[in-house]
Amino acid sequence: MILDVKNIAFSYDSNNSNNKNKNNGDNKSNRIFENISFSIEKGDVLCILGPNGTGKTTLLKCLNGIYNPNQGDILINEKKIDKFSFNEISKIIGYIPQGHVSTFPFSVLDVVLMGRAPYISLMESPNKKDLKIAKKALKTLGIAHMKDKEYTNLSGGERQLVFLARVLAQEPELLILDEPTSHLDFGNQIRLLEIIDQLAKSGLAIIMSSHFPDHAFSTSNKVAIMKDGNFIDFGNPVDVITADNLKIAYNIDIEIIESKNKQKFCMPIKPNIPLKF
Amino acid sequence: MKNKRYYLSIFFLILLPIILFFASFLIGRYPITPIEVIMTLLAPLNSELAISPSITSIVFDIRLPRIIAAMLVGASLAIAGAAFQGIFKNPLVSPDILGVSNGAGFGAALAILVAGGNGIIQLFSFIFGLISVFITYSISKSYKAGGILVLVLCGVAISAFFNALISGAKFIADPNDKLPQIVYWLMGSLSAVNTEKLIMIIIPILMGIAVLMILRWRLNILAMGDEEAQSLGIHPSRLRLVTIVACTLVTAASVSISGIIGWVGLLVPHITRMIVGPDHKVLIPASLSIGASFLLIIDNVSRTATSIEMPIGILTAIIGVPIFLYLLRKGYSQWS
Repeated sequence: MILDVKNIAFSYDSNNSNNKNKNNGDNKSNRIFENISFSIEKGDVLCILGPNGTGKTTLLKCLNGIYNPNQGDILINEKKIDKFSFNEISKIIGYIPQGHVSTFPFSVLDVVLMGRAPYISLMESPNKKDLKIAKKALKTLGIAHMKDKEYTNLSGGERQLVFLARVLAQEPELLILDEPTSHLDFGNQIRLLEIIDQLAKSGLAIIMSSHFPDHAFSTSNKVAIMKDGNFIDFGNPVDVITADNLKIAYNIDIEIIESKNKQKFCMPIKPNIPLKF
Repeated sequence: MKNKRYYLSIFFLILLPIILFFASFLIGRYPITPIEVIMTLLAPLNSELAISPSITSIVFDIRLPRIIAAMLVGASLAIAGAAFQGIFKNPLVSPDILGVSNGAGFGAALAILVAGGNGIIQLFSFIFGLISVFITYSISKSYKAGGILVLVLCGVAISAFFNALISGAKFIADPNDKLPQIVYWLMGSLSAVNTEKLIMIIIPILMGIAVLMILRWRLNILAMGDEEAQSLGIHPSRLRLVTIVACTLVTAASVSISGIIGWVGLLVPHITRMIVGPDHKVLIPASLSIGASFLLIIDNVSRTATSIEMPIGILTAIIGVPIFLYLLRKGYSQWS
C-alpha cells in the first residue's frame, strides 16, 4: 500500500503548512473536509471528482504533506506521514500543482533538473547522472527537442508536459496531479490522459483531480466523488459514476451512455435556468 | 542557450574582474607604469623587486585596499540583489528591501552624533543593518499570514521607519560639522577605506558569499514557489531564512564601509540575467563578477574624474541608469 488515508479531516482554523500540532478542530465553520478514507496501490489511478470549492486541492495538499490534517492518519508505505521529512516525502510522492505562477524564464531542462532536488545534497548541484535522468524524462514524454526553450514561452499543453517530466525526474512511486487537464485543448487533454494511463501501467500510482467524469471513465480504475467536504462515493468508475451520484455532486441531470466498444460517457441534459433579461 | 556565445561570455566574466583589478592600479593622481605595479605587487615575495617606498605605499596602502573594497562591495550588493530577486520571486527587489540600508544608515548617523570615530561608525552601521532586518523578519514571522508579501511589506515599513530616524538624526545634528558628515556618509563613498576597515568587513562578506554560492542552485527551486519547493523536498522557509541571513551579512558589511550605494543591487542582477539567463547556478557567480567590475569602474571614475572626489552613490545612478535603459531596450524582449 503506497498511500493509506484513514479518516482524515482538515479545517483552516489555526492551521498552516508548517503547523504540526493537531487540534480537534470542532470549529465546524472552517471545516474543509472530514471522514475521508481510501487507499492506493501500485498501478492505481484514482480520479477525484467534485464541484468547485469542495476541497479537492486541499485534500491533495494534505496527501503531499504540504498541509497537515487535523484528524486521522495518512500512511505512506505503512508509515505515518508526520514521521517523514519533506525530503523523504518528495522521493516517494511527486506533485504537480494547479496554476503555476512563473517569475523567471528558466530553460525547460533547468526546470526538469529541479526534479532531482530530493537526491542532491545541500552542498551540491546536479551532476551528470542527474542530467541524464532529466534528459531521459524529457525523452520519455517526447519533448527532448524543447530542452533549451524558455518554459514560460511554451503553450499550456507543452508546459504541463514539462512539469510531468520534472515529476518523472523525481522518480516517485506516487504522482499527485491537481487538475492536470485544465487549460489544455481537447486533443492535449486526451494525449495527457493517455500518458497518465501509460505511466500507471509502468508501475506508478496516480491520484488526480478532474472536472470531467469522462476522464475517470477513460483513465482511472478508482473514482471518488467529493461533495461538501465528504466522499459521497468511492469505488470503480462504473459503480461510482452514476446519474444519481452526479446529480448530487453537480446538481445536473446526466445520462450515462455506452459506446460500441463498451466505453461509457456522460451526457448532460440541458438544465433549465430561468434567466430574466 | 548553451552555445559558443554562452561559453564565451563565461570566459569573459572570469577575465573581466581580473583585468580590471590590475588595470585599476594604473589609475590615479600619481602615475605608475604597469611594470612598476607588477614588480611592486610581487615585492612581498622577493624584496629586491621593490621600486621605491613611495610606490609601495601607494600600491599597498592606498590603491589595493580601495580596489578590493570596491570589488567586494560591488560583488556583495550584486549577489545579494540576485539572491533576493530569486527568493522573493520578484525582479524588482533590491538588497535593501528588508531595511538593511536604512538601518545601517541610522546606525552610522547615530555613531556620528554621539562619538564620531571611523571604527565606531562602521560598527554601528553594520549592527543596525543586521538589527533592522532582524526586526523585519521577526515581525513578519509573528503574523499568521507570514508569506513573502507580508515579509516584503514589513521590510518596506521598517525601512521607512529607519529613514524617519535618519531624518531625525539629521534634524538634531550640528549643521556645521555633524550634518555634512551624515549627509556625505549617506551618499556613499569609498574614499575613507583603509586596510583596517577592510579587514573588519572581509570575513562577513566572504562568509555570506560562500553560503550563497553553495545554495545557489536551490534558489531556482525557491523561485518556483513555496509549495512546489516543498514538493521537491526543500524546506522553503528555512532555505529563505538562510539566504536572507547571508544576504544581510554581505549587504550590512558593504554598507558599513561604503555608505549607501544604490542601484548596483537592482541593476547588476538584471544586466547579468540578460547575459547568462535566469539559472541561479550561473547567475550568482556571474553577478559576483559583473558587480565587482561595475563598482570598480565607477569607483575609478569617482576618484579621478573630478578634482574633488564625487560620492560613488551619485555615479552608480548617473552611469548605471543609461546602461540599464539601453540594455532594457533589447534585453527583455522575451519576457512578458
